[in-house]
Amino acid sequence: MSDETEPSAPPRPGLSSGSPVLLRSDLLAIADMVPAGSRVLDLGCGDGALLEYLVRSKQVTGRGVERSEEGMLACVRRGLSVRQGNLEEGLADYPDASFDSVILSQTLPFLNDPAMILSEMLRVGSRAIVSFPNWGFWRCRLEMLVAGRIPQVFDLAERWHEAPRWQAFTVADFCDFCHHLGFGILEEIHLSRSRRLSSLRYKNLRATTAVFALQRL
Amino acid sequence: MSANGSVGLVQPQRLTFAENEPFQLDSGASLGPVTVAYETYGQLNADRTNAILITHALSGSAHAAGYHQPDEAKAGWWDDCIGPGKAFDTNKFFIICSNVLAGCYGSTGPSDPDPATGKPYGMHFPVVTIGDMVRAQVRLIDHLGIDSLLCVAGGSMGGMQALEWAAHYPYRLKAAIPIATTAHHSPMLIALSEVGRQAIYADPAWNNGDYYDAGLKPDAGLAVARMVGHITYLSEESMQQKFGRRLQDQVRYGYEFRSEFQVESYLKYKGHNFTRRFDANSYLYVTKAMDYFDMSAETGSVAAAFANSADLRYLVLSFTSDWLYPSYHSKELVSALTAAGADVTYLDVQSSWGHDAFLLEVETMTKLLSGFLERLVQSEQVALPAGFSPAASPKEQSKTEAAA
Repeated sequence: MSDETEPSAPPRPGLSSGSPVLLRSDLLAIADMVPAGSRVLDLGCGDGALLEYLVRSKQVTGRGVERSEEGMLACVRRGLSVRQGNLEEGLADYPDASFDSVILSQTLPFLNDPAMILSEMLRVGSRAIVSFPNWGFWRCRLEMLVAGRIPQVFDLAERWHEAPRWQAFTVADFCDFCHHLGFGILEEIHLSRSRRLSSLRYKNLRATTAVFALQRL
Repeated sequence: MSANGSVGLVQPQRLTFAENEPFQLDSGASLGPVTVAYETYGQLNADRTNAILITHALSGSAHAAGYHQPDEAKAGWWDDCIGPGKAFDTNKFFIICSNVLAGCYGSTGPSDPDPATGKPYGMHFPVVTIGDMVRAQVRLIDHLGIDSLLCVAGGSMGGMQALEWAAHYPYRLKAAIPIATTAHHSPMLIALSEVGRQAIYADPAWNNGDYYDAGLKPDAGLAVARMVGHITYLSEESMQQKFGRRLQDQVRYGYEFRSEFQVESYLKYKGHNFTRRFDANSYLYVTKAMDYFDMSAETGSVAAAFANSADLRYLVLSFTSDWLYPSYHSKELVSALTAAGADVTYLDVQSSWGHDAFLLEVETMTKLLSGFLERLVQSEQVALPAGFSPAASPKEQSKTEAAA
């Protein structure tokens, strides 16, 4: 679903030796957190671009869950194993610890029960990789302060009144939430548009997009 | 519509087995000799790894693609999906389709002579199950010298056979494609079957199944059974589109009991047509086989039934407007397969065509089937058959209606 939004940067070629796989920079950041040869479940995998990259370039065993027929057809065309499903219904079909990594890319703001989905991700997988747009980015704060409007975050096509509805949150909110749920942060990559931040200083001010790898403490 | 080539003229074939040692059935009874009518399209590759078994639905036959006569109006029942360049691409795959046991299109069934009496079996034919149908198919695959099928694919009752193959012969196939089907026949499905059977029993010409020499067949009963069936293959939306409340050949209501509405004439026509091509006793036996179908019967759960079949790949498809085998039946199956750890691709295809969608949503199905099969070809390193013939000249396609 959210993978259908505007790309955060012009796609750059991936590392695949076969036909080049073009991947957005936030998806590449996720891919960097996935160990080669591991078992991966991509939730809301959209057209399957990330999953195909992981299967081809990192030889993962990949599975996807996608809601739209359009996305499903694109995934099957890419030769991926994808199930149509609704994340709001949880991941009940998947046995505990059946994946190494469970990915939720740019989808968290759209889900009604973030605690449920993160807990489910860390039940079926040993790590959860979550990316989201950051409403703490300085321009968002400035827009709220100066214009008095809910900021339209970078990388999100839908406006506040459009479907699917989103809930704004920041990198700081997310870190607090993980702490509250008892999830530890294994890795984090922050992007300012397509560029990776080299330091974590003022990340909540500087990042347009954040990628976290979590595990249960 | 997909790129359409035709497999052209095809030859019906037969295999007869169990001439000395009878074929054991789930019921405990046995049968012999057994004939299986089948057709094949495309060519087997050198290492015999490109074979796909297509399994048919209630009223289907081994004639899945192509034509028996050059001037035939209607191609095989799944011709939209089988042929050069189509979803089941005969340039790449060796396609096999056989008529089910108890059917009336060449495989041994109640209309065939009982070797004990020399007269047609009628109701002396033993009751068969989906498992028995599949065991007969296994004999055919053995006969063709194929150790492992690339996949088994079918819709409706064909999907049940695909599931039976996956659960009981996991080492003899790489993938299963159950479409618009269920892991167990629900009470509602049994009820609908029973209405059809009761219509046949109620026809005096049925005569306890002994009508083959009488010159009069239970056509009225079979036609009603088919009419009920046809209703279940459509959806309210597709009926609305197809017929609305339109009258057949009058502008005003006649206030009389002849068929006035288009939908009435359609059902009558379909029912009547069916009696010319299907045997009433076969209808009883094949619907009974479906009613016994329950993947969880032996193991207690559907997931447990597939515990040893988790290495297969599955493509499960349902259709949003199918109320005969509704999407939640497929979702339950997908949940069970996922819980078993299997590689499952599943889509509930948007369609207004009801159960018939599995024969009509050709474009979407072609995308899904060819994508899924291409992945199988790559992962299983399936070689193309040597020297396959280029696509035959495309022939005007006629839409196969409701082979369900």
